[in-house]
Amino acid sequence: MSRFADLLISGNFVVTAEIAPPKGADATAALAVADKLHSVDAINITDNQGACMRMSPLALARLLIDRGFEPILQLTCRDRNRMALQSDILGAAALGVENLLLLTGDHPRFGDHTASRPVFDLDSVQLLQAVTQLQDGIDMAGNRLASIPRLFVGAAASPAADPQDLALKKVQKKIACGAQFFQTQAVFQRSRVELFMETAQTYRVPVILGVLLIKSPRMARFLNAQIPGVRVPDELLERLDNARDPLCEGIEIAREMVSWAREYCQGVHLMTFGREELIPEILG
Amino acid sequence: MIISAAKERTRRAALLQDYRSVFLVGCGACATACKVGGEEEIFATQEWLEELGHDVTGSAILDEACHIMRAAREVRRFRDQIAEADVLLVLACGAGAQSISECSDKPVLTGVDPLFLGNVRRFGQYEEKCSLCGDCILNETGGICPVTTCAKGLLNGPCGGMDDGCCEVDPERECAWVRIAKRLEDLQQGVFSRVVEPKDWSRKFKPGQHSIERTPGSRK
Ligand code: SF4
Ligand code: SF4
Repeated sequence: MSRFADLLISGNFVVTAEIAPPKGADATAALAVADKLHSVDAINITDNQGACMRMSPLALARLLIDRGFEPILQLTCRDRNRMALQSDILGAAALGVENLLLLTGDHPRFGDHTASRPVFDLDSVQLLQAVTQLQDGIDMAGNRLASIPRLFVGAAASPAADPQDLALKKVQKKIACGAQFFQTQAVFQRSRVELFMETAQTYRVPVILGVLLIKSPRMARFLNAQIPGVRVPDELLERLDNARDPLCEGIEIAREMVSWAREYCQGVHLMTFGREELIPEILG
Repeated sequence: MIISAAKERTRRAALLQDYRSVFLVGCGACATACKVGGEEEIFATQEWLEELGHDVTGSAILDEACHIMRAAREVRRFRDQIAEADVLLVLACGAGAQSISECSDKPVLTGVDPLFLGNVRRFGQYEEKCSLCGDCILNETGGICPVTTCAKGLLNGPCGGMDDGCCEVDPERECAWVRIAKRLEDLQQGVFSRVVEPKDWSRKFKPGQHSIERTPGSRK
């Protein structure tokens, strides 16, 4: 079992962060970011995030393993059909990747290849089901595998999405299909964390709360306009607008989010966008 | 019906520049209804082509361009005018255009871009509601198709991009899953009551062929 799985299963509060693979063939800069993340428990590697084409997250995951990090490989349903997904998952296991986060994926409309054909052969629930089945030694077509991958499999949840009962219904389906942990999108309202966890804690699957460092009011507005599922509420926009030092205010907001996570969830997933050196302060 | 959009005039002009004389083919079914290949459009295209200096040797509006045999029969009636033409310009969907190319040795060009199988909201406004996936799930979704009306074609509920009940891809549009949930009323029913398995896309292998006699469902 992965170190990360051990921590979660034994009830620890975990900290994860994320790295986007580079737009290019050289991973040096991404690895330099990782070097600032020695204090976190695992690092998510995003998969063509925001539908922008980048280096394969599987390649970067392996490079991180070589340097002693523990990656959580993100895989979306947007760019690969069921054959490619299963074969990448077997490949990931062979390369020593033990943690997966399985996602639907942003629509290509948001990215830099707007003319590409969206795949969505599977949805995230069906992909979870497929990975569970692979771990039983059977592929989606019912064929026996010669060897079995051992994985710790997570999924996404969106506590801030409305209508919430629909979002929760999907969480239930994900659990039924084998989700062993959840990482959430950034949630900026305590009440939403509270409400979500009221139900989610009854499922007894660890939830890692998404915490996003807002660096400026401009960034907050960009998130609202461009990033699906992320919504910075007006009162926070106001706080950022009125702050003498918006970055300090952003850190303060992130710290509040971390405190909600400590109260209600079993970890935080930090999205710091190049300001990884601030992580100790955000967690402190 | 099949919804098509006219190619821009500059593109049509470029397509035709190496041909002097043109025979025009329209279609009395979908192409007429969505105003790309009916009488009016054929007439306007003829005038425009003549302004550009082309000869229009004649035109025909077929009853249903997609009916291979009937289209061939109708086209035959115009064989003299077609013989005089260097090229046939078809203002009908891609299926219609191919009925024509099957029954004529002349070069066949199409002047439209076919889009989707669409419902008519009102004149000039069309909506895609079914993408003919071959494995219909409407009975479990309150009669609302997620394969087509969810931008990602998801089968097990909304994605993380759903925002205030609207779709991440188009904030003006209600998320398909919200519509399905409203229609089903409670989340224990239909598609919400079970994990929907991945679609069997082998039913959609191209090119589609279907023969009524070989369909179990069509037997009494
Ligand atoms: S599920 Fe949707 S796309 Fe498939 S046949 Fe039914 S209505 Fe059409
Ligand atoms: S928001 Fe709703 S309709 Fe839009 S892609 Fe996501 S699930 Fe589909």
